[in-house]
Amino acid sequence: MAELNVARREFLVKAAQGTSLAVTGGLLWAYLVRQEAKAQPYALRPPGALAEKDFNAACIKCGECVNVCPPDILKLAPAGGDLPIGTPFFTPRIGACVMCPDIPCVKACPTGALSPQLTDINQAHMGLAVIDIENCLSWKGLRCEICHRDCPLKGKAITLETDPRGLSKHAVFRPIVNSDYCTGCGICEKACPTAEPAIRILPHALVQGKIGEHYRLGWTFDTEITQDFKPSDKAPETPPEPSGKPAGVDYLNEGGL
Amino acid sequence: MGLTRRDFLKTSIAASAAATVGMPLAKEAEAAVKAAEAGWQWDKGACRFCGTGCGIMIATKDGKIVATKGDPDAPVNRGLNCVKGYFNGKIMYGKDRLTTPLLRMTDGKFDKKGKFVPVSWDKAMEVMTEKFLEAYREKGPTGVGIFGSGQWTVPEGYVGAKLWKAGFRSNTIDPNARHCMASAVAGFMQTFGIDEPAGNYDDIEYTDTAVLWGANMAEMHPILWSRITNRRLTHDKMKVVNLSTYGNMSSDIADIEIVFRPSGDLAIQNYIAREIVKRNAVNWDFVNKNAVFATGPYDIGYGFRPKNADKFASGKEMEVVSNEQVHVIDKWEAIAQRRKEGEQVKQANTATAGKDWAISFEDFKAALEPYDADFTTAVAKGDPDESDEAFKAKLKQLADLYCEPKRKVVSYWTMGFNQHQRGTWVNEQCYMNHLLLGKQSMPGSGAFSLTGQPSACGTAREVGTFSHRLPADMVVNVKKHRDHSEELWHLPTNTLNPTVGSHFVKMMRDLEDGAMKWAIVQVNNPWQNTANLNHWIKGAREMDNFIVCCDGYPTVSAKVADLVLPAAMIFEKWGFYGNAERRTQCWRQQVAPVGEARGDLWILLELAKRVKIKDTWGEQKVPGLKEAGFEDGKLPSVLDEAKKMGYDPEMSLYDALFATPENKKTYKWPDKVAKGHDNHIAKNLGWFVEKAMFEEYRKFGTGHGHDLAPFDVYYDDKVRGLRWPVVLKDGKWTETRWRFNEEYDPYVKKGQGIYFYGNDGKALVMGDLDKPGDGSQKVKLDGKAKIYFRPYASPVEQPDKDFDLWLCTGRVLEHWHSGSMTRRVPELYRAFPDAVCWIHPKDAESRGLKRNDLVWVESRRGKVKVRIETGGRNRVPRGLVYVPWFDESVLINKVTLDSTCPISKETDYKKCSVKVYKA
Repeated sequence: MAELNVARREFLVKAAQGTSLAVTGGLLWAYLVRQEAKAQPYALRPPGALAEKDFNAACIKCGECVNVCPPDILKLAPAGGDLPIGTPFFTPRIGACVMCPDIPCVKACPTGALSPQLTDINQAHMGLAVIDIENCLSWKGLRCEICHRDCPLKGKAITLETDPRGLSKHAVFRPIVNSDYCTGCGICEKACPTAEPAIRILPHALVQGKIGEHYRLGWTFDTEITQDFKPSDKAPETPPEPSGKPAGVDYLNEGGL
Repeated sequence: MGLTRRDFLKTSIAASAAATVGMPLAKEAEAAVKAAEAGWQWDKGACRFCGTGCGIMIATKDGKIVATKGDPDAPVNRGLNCVKGYFNGKIMYGKDRLTTPLLRMTDGKFDKKGKFVPVSWDKAMEVMTEKFLEAYREKGPTGVGIFGSGQWTVPEGYVGAKLWKAGFRSNTIDPNARHCMASAVAGFMQTFGIDEPAGNYDDIEYTDTAVLWGANMAEMHPILWSRITNRRLTHDKMKVVNLSTYGNMSSDIADIEIVFRPSGDLAIQNYIAREIVKRNAVNWDFVNKNAVFATGPYDIGYGFRPKNADKFASGKEMEVVSNEQVHVIDKWEAIAQRRKEGEQVKQANTATAGKDWAISFEDFKAALEPYDADFTTAVAKGDPDESDEAFKAKLKQLADLYCEPKRKVVSYWTMGFNQHQRGTWVNEQCYMNHLLLGKQSMPGSGAFSLTGQPSACGTAREVGTFSHRLPADMVVNVKKHRDHSEELWHLPTNTLNPTVGSHFVKMMRDLEDGAMKWAIVQVNNPWQNTANLNHWIKGAREMDNFIVCCDGYPTVSAKVADLVLPAAMIFEKWGFYGNAERRTQCWRQQVAPVGEARGDLWILLELAKRVKIKDTWGEQKVPGLKEAGFEDGKLPSVLDEAKKMGYDPEMSLYDALFATPENKKTYKWPDKVAKGHDNHIAKNLGWFVEKAMFEEYRKFGTGHGHDLAPFDVYYDDKVRGLRWPVVLKDGKWTETRWRFNEEYDPYVKKGQGIYFYGNDGKALVMGDLDKPGDGSQKVKLDGKAKIYFRPYASPVEQPDKDFDLWLCTGRVLEHWHSGSMTRRVPELYRAFPDAVCWIHPKDAESRGLKRNDLVWVESRRGKVKVRIETGGRNRVPRGLVYVPWFDESVLINKVTLDSTCPISKETDYKKCSVKVYKA
């Protein structure tokens, strides 16, 4: 039965490629692949995928990862969509990554577009779960928290914060996503019981902010604070800039006062 | 896919922009909502699912339920629901709702081996009655059974009980509540002489301590858990302790998590009692006034077939089942029960497991002596990776909490205690500690048994739909109770059968061995929920019997049945449910049943219409009947006396017992309480059955501590259920919050303080730890509860080299019981589609298994295929696996053991031994 399924899937993968070929002709296929091979911020890629630009460069659209995916959630992008044609992606609401411990999709990838450096599936970062707190049942006080219970990294990737509920004597259990741990598998998005999911997986770049490199939070101890207050090491000698116009001089000279 | 994702992003940006700059989007949306809600009609109701009993509001339009919400006025849930409750409106609209009767037929005739074919209700009723009478004539009253439910409405249960007990003179009626809280019932009855908790949910807001004993409230009573959590967050002194055989979601809020070895709870309770005594923490004023010490026999067996078990059980099964006759004492039992290791103990009290006698405090104290911290740790520590010291420290903390004089404590339990080979004992041990401390029946203090089903209390227990019960805590084997019931039911003397009928598991055994030949199932899925299923599936399909299954959906039980009847579901009928805190709540029919579906009440009454008095009230054989005033093995004919009372032998049971001229005259349909709502049963029968039956049923409890308000009071717009006893006080129907407490309970006289009136008029023979005395010395029980000594007893099946893991089964938050409703709600299905087997990562690794691997879980009785889960919501210790039972594609009850508590007859689904290997 399982073998049959794989065979059928291989057939479908080839058929998808073949149809495009038949419709567009061989040359055009290659053209399409090249044209569409540009970074797509919306793509959710299999575990271990390189950064979107590198991934598109490395992926040869062979469909091997799709063929071996045990729950059959990986699909190849069709022609005319937003994604480069033939690249693998998944749609969590339809089929979430089940996080196979042996990561067969990565093993099947012949080019390293899915990086073989990913050996622990819990370290995958396919995307990040984002909660719409206005429509999340749990944030409203209902006892749902399905995302928390279903999360393969429950207690790490999704934690619950409890607060008294002002309106009554029932506590509120608010799910919180922790980006350090969230693998983006999408099980939460798939399981969310609201009509449209109130938790969704998005590529990190679309949702994550970043604190400026020039600033460190004063109450965390992630970076060592030197307490001897000595001067830092001297910067290495650099040759002076080639002479040109000194900075600021244009402004000072422009007049118009 | 890209498109929808981008669209989502665009719209969410638009929405947040609108929200921030105050654009009129919100107003437009509001108007749109108003337009969408035009014509919605709201009415009050109760949640379909667990025993918490949340109030909900239901909106209907054009004959469909269009929305539900948590009832903001309901004191239980204040407008909230759990995620199952969120889908109350959706459970009736699954794609495969049964809409027409289906009968197994070949060539137009009933054939047990035939295929299901649609038939008319008339045809269905005709075949069903013919088969009923055939079985009844051959086997007598014990040959026809009904599998009832803690999800029956109160009037349904009442009609079922009256039809069986008074009409068919059969006590072979038992609800799935037998699987659920029979041990709690037995514990209440033995300890207090009256059923159901003294306290209520308000305890949560008064207490300082919630101790969970085998109750994963975080998942199984979600709304109550949010109340406990709220208390934990807002009351500094509040502590939460979670005792379980595996780590679960309730531990997340708990201050102490104690993972114990299956049956270790028996030892832990005695450890606490020993500490109470050792620390002089006994509240002697309370104990002297309100309690007596008691005990009972230990050699009570394990609830297997009492005789000829080997005719049905395999050789492998007999390795365990043989303990029903002789049990070899193990090293822990030797200490716990003052025996010798290896001693062979004949189980002499299997039939008299519930007998008890009084003992002295000195004997009680001596019996507790072996349960010190060392012994308790050795026998009860459940996590092999935890040190003895760590476990002992937690035991001490637990004892500290119970013993702290000013600390209020509530102990909660559900299936962990009740589904237990010594379920009655462990319930009683919990009362033991609360009674010793005097922490019982007071706001914030008491032992509180939670229930699983929405009307396990309201219907199964209060109405008395058990094989031994009559309404209002009365039982069939007490003459006074039969007399009283016969009087209220207007029956000839000795119509009622004095022999306790077959309990749930025995009904299955009766079908297997041919003692029972006809059965009907209502609001219940016995062929998914009964342990050791392979036997029962065979019994249903291969024996010469006729099984009727009434359900809204094609369940496993429908699949094994011969006739399937489409049942109306909750909001397609009128009903009452009673929750765990004695709160009786009601709803009206909101929508018409789908297709030809009809209420279970109507189905029972249609059967009653087709059976005549002369069919059942003549002389009947009852195997094993032995009772003063009866000929052995026989129920007398009561037809002559019936004639004198005005009954015609040709009269149907429907006319004799239900549609009496008074009922038809007094309870007319329509009734103003309906406020225009329909009632498909009343309309069909021409009188308001639900109201008539409720008012008749009320007579049993009134004046007996179970008082209910009149029917109409519950339907008052302002009422959100009332906690019984409900008595008329200053012209107002007033509920009771804490029973046995003079401040609250109308049955306790001023000046009595705490008074346990359930045992009034009873007495116990004085004896010692090993045996009752000669009867010369008796202890009166008026106003008193019993403090039992119950020993540790090892589980009858324990992991060994062949079957090396414990199996525990249970539920998950997303699904209700066998999943027949919740698995048909696409969102709930998607949230938790299939059962998994939780296993410790190291146990998986040592078997060469990885997360998501498909495995066999196999016991001496059967095996199922399931995927393993090494993480997630449950943290099982090494040596134990957990599989929920909601999934009909993983029938885990093929694997479980059908051992029951010998007193309560409730199955132990929490422990048996299995092996797990790659499929």
